[in-house]
Amino acid sequence: MTQTFLLDGAPVPFEPGQTVLQAALAADRYIPHLCYHPEFRPHGSCKLCTASVGGRLVATCTTPPEAGLVVDSETAQLREVRRTLVQMLFAEGNHFCPSCEKSGNCQLQAQGSDLGVTTAGFRHLYPDRPVDASHPDAWIDFNRCVLCELCVRASDEVDGKHVFALAGRGLTKHLIVNAPSNRLGDTTFAASDEAMQVCPVGAILPKRVGFAVPIGSRRYDQRPVSAQALDDAPRPAGRSP
Amino acid sequence: MDASSLSPVLDPILARWGRTPDRLLQVLREAQDATGWLSPELLAATARSLGLPLAHVRGVASFYSFLALEPAGEYRVLLSDGVTDRMDGSLELGERLCRRLWAEPDHTAGDGLVSVRRTSCTGLCDQGPAALVNGIAIPRLDGRVVDAIADLILARRPLDTWPVDLFSIPTNVRREDVLLRHGLSPGVAIAAALARNGAAPAGMIAELRASGLRGRGGAGYPTGNKWASCEAAPGESRYIVCNADEGEPGTFKDRVLLAREADLVFEGMTLAGHAVGATRGLLYLRGEYRYLLDSLEATLARRRAAGLLGATAGGGPAFDVEIHVGAGAYICGEETALLESLEGKRGIPRNRPPYPVTHGYLGRPTVVDNVETLCAAALIAVHGAVAWRRLGTTQSSGTKLLSVAGDCTRRGVYEFPFGVTVREVLEAAGADDPIAVQVGGPSGTLIDCAEFERHLSFEDLPTGGAFTVFGRGRDLFEVARQHVHFFAHESCGFCTPCRVGTSMLASVMDKIHDGHGSRHELAELDRLTSVLGNGAHCGLGHTAMNPVRDTITRFAPSYERRLASADFAPAFDLDAALAPARRMTGRDDPASHLGEGS
Repeated sequence: MTQTFLLDGAPVPFEPGQTVLQAALAADRYIPHLCYHPEFRPHGSCKLCTASVGGRLVATCTTPPEAGLVVDSETAQLREVRRTLVQMLFAEGNHFCPSCEKSGNCQLQAQGSDLGVTTAGFRHLYPDRPVDASHPDAWIDFNRCVLCELCVRASDEVDGKHVFALAGRGLTKHLIVNAPSNRLGDTTFAASDEAMQVCPVGAILPKRVGFAVPIGSRRYDQRPVSAQALDDAPRPAGRSP
Repeated sequence: MDASSLSPVLDPILARWGRTPDRLLQVLREAQDATGWLSPELLAATARSLGLPLAHVRGVASFYSFLALEPAGEYRVLLSDGVTDRMDGSLELGERLCRRLWAEPDHTAGDGLVSVRRTSCTGLCDQGPAALVNGIAIPRLDGRVVDAIADLILARRPLDTWPVDLFSIPTNVRREDVLLRHGLSPGVAIAAALARNGAAPAGMIAELRASGLRGRGGAGYPTGNKWASCEAAPGESRYIVCNADEGEPGTFKDRVLLAREADLVFEGMTLAGHAVGATRGLLYLRGEYRYLLDSLEATLARRRAAGLLGATAGGGPAFDVEIHVGAGAYICGEETALLESLEGKRGIPRNRPPYPVTHGYLGRPTVVDNVETLCAAALIAVHGAVAWRRLGTTQSSGTKLLSVAGDCTRRGVYEFPFGVTVREVLEAAGADDPIAVQVGGPSGTLIDCAEFERHLSFEDLPTGGAFTVFGRGRDLFEVARQHVHFFAHESCGFCTPCRVGTSMLASVMDKIHDGHGSRHELAELDRLTSVLGNGAHCGLGHTAMNPVRDTITRFAPSYERRLASADFAPAFDLDAALAPARRMTGRDDPASHLGEGS
């Protein structure tokens, strides 16, 4: 018999090895998230998927469920926490959506739109982050990096190249690449690498394909991120969305 | 330095640590000791030798404050920047030192001689202000000592020829109870624990459970339960980790235990190993306590020679201890960050569950205990649970070591039974006119004089050991502001709420300090409290708001008198923004200022 936990009052079935977020998505129940990607081991850094699990506020992407566990996600308090987290990310980097090639395909922007974020709400930190355009086929705009580590995980686990890593600590934490020069062009990175496809924001982008799809016809222009994430969720055999 | 000239430096270090990636931090630390800084060539050579990507090595090296990725000078002076250091005048002394050395703070001098920087509290609060020179601690700075240091540096005297009294660090033990006057010879506690283990069905773990001993680091988890879970966890090998990364500002009692009671600490580790079936122990020593390393290693050598460590440790199963030294990261006091650091990685707290008792060091079942907890366990092995329970309160058995510092005449370490009132400690320490006490450091609780009858215990005021006294005239807003900056500096940066939130918090407090605060900023503090408390990944983020929370409720006037009356005042100050232009044109006349009438 399948075990279930309660998400906002309704039962969600889960299987061993799934986390609360994974089970919820597989059951067509959405919890906002940003650093989680169905193809990678959950990581739990963005904290957007925070929910009350058995009375404790934790990241649902890394928390294993238990039968009968009470999970509350769609509460006013948690919506406010998530809005604040998205605002923090907007204030931390330099995000200019109207001129960004990723606009409409960007998960940060889509989360902001879904959660009703209209301003950064905090003083912008305006960090000084030079762009790396040294690679012939791709470029990194560090201004837009949200430190989700998906590229790090993809390059380590899928591409097997270890191109990316994080350096520094606290607010000085930043993405680096595996070359003495710290330039992408001096690494083994290729534009076909999963590490680029997986970037949820406009930090790692291919060259020469800018604005091939016009703004207005892009992924999150069609349907909100909450619906897209459910389409993308892997489901146990026999269950369809 | 080219790659070939690095081999003589790097090879012996790699040989000593055994070329495995989990020793990366120790290799980097020793390589820096040998060469002064971690050059790109050195990082590349280390990466090659350990089979790691260069980016990974740079990622680790850049995480730790004490590792220098740029030339940091022949003499690297780090001034302890704890709240008590500042109360004792550290900022003025730092300026004096820089003047004498012709040094600019936070920059390495052009001739490569010296750099002067600030660092988080170094755990010498009872004898501050303190500094670290090339990693070695110097207490009790005053004008005379600062001038002497400057002269020695300018004369390029090697550090090991400096007058020894500069480095003398007394333990300042002011009150002893059962732990500090244990009087046990090495080996006695191990033998007692072995006897208990032999006497089925009880055993050491049962005795520990009966004693009610709870972790002394602050969280207060029952030690017996922790050992039992580790013992029961499946795994081929187990580990005992002693958390000697005492980083909470205001705390220094573990330093005193390591300096005075090293045998008892290792005794506790050994009998813990016997109890849970671990053959290896690791002691993670705070980088600031590097000066204790030689004496700790000597104690280990003596214990090996005496048969108290090794193949039959104290007559029991095999056990030995290895010491790792940290490199300036408060977060590594968090037990899972400490495990990551022991594995040579960036000190990022892990996701839990699983917990260290099942998946700890190298993924194996691991007990992580505080220095004082392990000493207490050794005592319980000898005297038993009943004797231990006789001291303290129902839920907080035994004694607690307190690090008393700040505005009092008798600073130092006090051992009191749990349940002692704040007032009793204040009286023992000679605090004449205290207005507030910070119990448990900035991540603990700050109380005012209306609460001095409260008890130090897990039931009332839990504490990891810091007890910092603030006397009349101290500005508690400034104390909170300094601590908020501390948390922003020490945030590991893993999760959004803490990485961004602690820095936002610091900038809001700065704005209030600068006189641009309004009700808007108080609301902002509320918002940040909620997101840090509700969203952060670990205890650092959860408690980073505590200094603000406690001072704003108890010392509201220190905030209110700084607030501009409006609902909102911009942080941007046009007149201040013109300062560089005034400096460049050499002007400071009234017409060069914006203001009333201009």
